[in-house]
Amino acid sequence: MAETKIREYTKEEIKEIRKSRTPIPEQEPIVRGKNFEEVALGYTEEQALREANRCMACKKRDCVAGCPVEVPIPEFIQLVREGDFTGAAKKIKEKNSLPAICGRVCPQESQCESLCTLGKKMEPVAIGRLERFVADYERAHGGGGEVAKPKPTGFKVAVVGSGPAGLTVASDLAKIGHEVTIFEALHKAGGVLVYGIPEFRLPKAIVQSEVDGIASLGVKFELDSVVGKLYTVDELLERGFDAVFIGSGAGLPMFMNIPGENLNGVYSANEFLTRTNLMKAYLFPEYDTPIKKGKHVAVVGGGNVAMDSARTALRLGADKVYLVYRRSMEELPARKEEVHHAVEEGIDFKLLTNPVEIIGEDGWVKGIKCVQMELGEPDESGRRRPVVVKGSDFVIDVDTVVMSIGTGSNPIIPESTPGLELTKRGYIVADETGATSKPGVFAGGDIVTGSATVILAAGAGRRAADTIHEYLMSKVKN
Amino acid sequence: MANKILEKRVLRSDLFYFRIEAPELAKKAKAGQFVVVRADDNGERIPLSLANIDPDRGTISLLVQTIGVTSTKLSTLSVGDEIKDIAGPMGHKTPIEKYGRVILVGGGFGAAPLYPIGRAMKEAGNTVISITGARSADLLVYEKELGEFSDKVLISTDDGSKGHKGLVTEVLKNEIEANGADLVIAVGPAIMMKFASLTTKPYNVKTLVSLNPIMVDGTGMCGACRVSVGGKTMFGCTDGPDFDGHLVDWDLLMSRQRTYLVEEKEAMEAYTCSCAPHS
Ligand SMILES: Cc1cc2nc3c(=O)[nH]c(=O)nc-3n(C[C@H](O)[C@H](O)[C@H](O)COP(=O)(O)OP(=O)(O)OC[C@H]3O[C@@H](n4cnc5c(N)ncnc54)[C@H](O)[C@@H]3O)c2cc1C
Ligand SMILES: Cc1cc2nc3c(=O)[nH]c(=O)nc-3n(C[C@H](O)[C@H](O)[C@H](O)COP(=O)(O)OP(=O)(O)OC[C@H]3O[C@@H](n4cnc5c(N)ncnc54)[C@H](O)[C@@H]3O)c2cc1C
Ligand code: SF4
Ligand code: FES
Repeated sequence: MAETKIREYTKEEIKEIRKSRTPIPEQEPIVRGKNFEEVALGYTEEQALREANRCMACKKRDCVAGCPVEVPIPEFIQLVREGDFTGAAKKIKEKNSLPAICGRVCPQESQCESLCTLGKKMEPVAIGRLERFVADYERAHGGGGEVAKPKPTGFKVAVVGSGPAGLTVASDLAKIGHEVTIFEALHKAGGVLVYGIPEFRLPKAIVQSEVDGIASLGVKFELDSVVGKLYTVDELLERGFDAVFIGSGAGLPMFMNIPGENLNGVYSANEFLTRTNLMKAYLFPEYDTPIKKGKHVAVVGGGNVAMDSARTALRLGADKVYLVYRRSMEELPARKEEVHHAVEEGIDFKLLTNPVEIIGEDGWVKGIKCVQMELGEPDESGRRRPVVVKGSDFVIDVDTVVMSIGTGSNPIIPESTPGLELTKRGYIVADETGATSKPGVFAGGDIVTGSATVILAAGAGRRAADTIHEYLMSKVKN
Repeated sequence: MANKILEKRVLRSDLFYFRIEAPELAKKAKAGQFVVVRADDNGERIPLSLANIDPDRGTISLLVQTIGVTSTKLSTLSVGDEIKDIAGPMGHKTPIEKYGRVILVGGGFGAAPLYPIGRAMKEAGNTVISITGARSADLLVYEKELGEFSDKVLISTDDGSKGHKGLVTEVLKNEIEANGADLVIAVGPAIMMKFASLTTKPYNVKTLVSLNPIMVDGTGMCGACRVSVGGKTMFGCTDGPDFDGHLVDWDLLMSRQRTYLVEEKEAMEAYTCSCAPHS
């Protein structure tokens, strides 16, 4: 059913619009560098219709093969073309329960859009922007509507962690009638979506609306509850939970172990982003949590987390932000769009550069000593290994350093859960279905894979929900 | 989430005792652990030691020393009010076993963790000696409480108005010289813990300190609480809070505690202004 006046495109027009993707309105770099509001403003209805008309509705559905959860892409785009935006959102939700979030943060350029047939000759269809558009449309127009309350099954499931993995498991199981309680260590639900990814890329109101939606399914949220400390996994099983899902993420910050790393003004990206996003330090002193607003900031790393830290530092008022990365532009693991945004905003990329020491004065950061790197032979990952150029060290004057070189597995749950098999690096061993070595205990997301993506965590949550449901049903039979 | 305040006592103009309904925490927490507290929706997360754990009544107790915005906000709460967030128990418990002679050293809010630790030490069969001090007799707190389980409570005051005239570390030295010690536990301001550790070092007495670096989450997620112990960087919240006092890099701890001095002053000014009656 069309929810707007649809515009029919003639053959000629379609040929014309296929040439390039419909640009998305954005805040000007000079303006947005000084505020925390969202950078991309989203398609209007006309823009969405135009972009949807670029899709060729290929039979082969290459784009779908590129999507980790196999969203029916051509089908939802067809509904957009017909002006049925709510229908399109429902279509996506058959496979992905977090479209407003994924439309904003998925690395589409290396997933669906990388395989889009149109993209072979011209620019690929802007699948992510369309996904975001329909999800926002649905939310603005009264959400997904009332969900019929399922018959209670009488089974109780505990979910540890409220990131994309935990939220997906909880919502899927609640919809079948299981009683679900989410235990979250922090005072707010959402995982990385609330403490890590900044407001200007993913407004917290959107995450909250997803959380509210899941709560309205009857899922209980026990915040401030650190599993392994307040209750162990075994205690949850003893207390009447029939199954436990662990989606605790990969939240342990890593440091380089170079001299000067404990100076005042050196942050882990997790601390820098948590203070800013979760604790709202950018609104200090209206909010109580402070942050050092550096004037010259170096961010070390090249992933999404590093881009977010650099752009956050800029918005906190830095005059100059350097991104220090030991490989070259091509190897940057961050989403292309974010790298592009960072460049536009004036972040200074110090590529093929590696820090060796943080220099201090009276306990505070004063500079970061780096060496120049050059690309040598390819390593196991196939990327050319950076090697140090002898005698190339130089100092960048900075007052703040943000270490964004990756995260590991937090030991609290592994240490307190006997019988849970772990990898050498401390992650939980779970198979494709989410089953762990411990009966009744399932796991998925970053705590299994190491730091990955929102959609992979959500996908793992969906599969684990199926597995848990089967497990519970097999209990009925016995 | 309840966290209802059942009892409040003003121990000193800047030191407040709260007993709070928190049955799950009371069941689980052990001496030496701490909680992370938020006073209200805009609030900062601050760590506070467990000053008592009462699983039978389902309550925990906290001692709050007013220093800045959050501690001041907490001090204004009354019986019947609820504390917005209390998460825990964080950190490891203090290792309780039979050591022999155990000396506790603490002042101000340092008495908070010492109370449950001391009681547990006594129950484990140790001889427990408590040393506490203040600038003057009227500022002394927790003397009576420490007396509940201590074989002996020793006092020092700067002005000599009660007990030994001087510092707690001098009392500590005298006690070790006179009677020896198998374990010293010091809790309080970093400078006090530093000098307590320096005092026990020549006697080779094992000394545990409860470090109080700046924290955010308290679960090992941010690394704000980095401390250096024996040349290794550790997380105060998940590796601690107790560490070997002889191995701690005290200057680093004290330097890092000062990170936000400017901002804290600004926050306190903004807070006091917003609370002042409008004329
Ligand atoms: C700054 C940043 C930017 C990113 N940008 C992108 C992006 O653009 N696109 C993308 O696809 N991915 C991005 N990622 C990665 C993505 O966010 C993660 O892969 C994803 O969130 C993992 O989901 P999860 O559910 O496994 O865990 P998380 O989102 O990490 O959630 C885990 C939750 O469990 C809680 N928890 C941990 N331990 C316990 C415990 N013992 N008891 C109770 N609760 C516990 C945590 O507090 C947390 O809330 C980014 C990550 C970061 C940090
Ligand atoms: C494990 C541990 C146990 C503690 N136990 C107690 C206790 O039982 N009673 C008590 O009164 N205090 C205790 N503290 C100290 C208490 O956390 C700080 O006094 C409190 O955070 C001050 O907050 P504020 O907003 O009132 O003051 P602010 O003005 O914010 O800060 C004043 C000073 O307190 C310290 N501080 C500030 N923020 C933090 C923070 N987030 N984490 C840690 N320290 C901070 C800094 O050194 C700062 O200079 C403990 C600290 C730790 C780490
Ligand atoms: S591959 Fe591209 S053009 Fe083909 S159906 Fe998918 S989005 Fe449309
Ligand atoms: S307080 Fe965040 S890691 Fe210790």
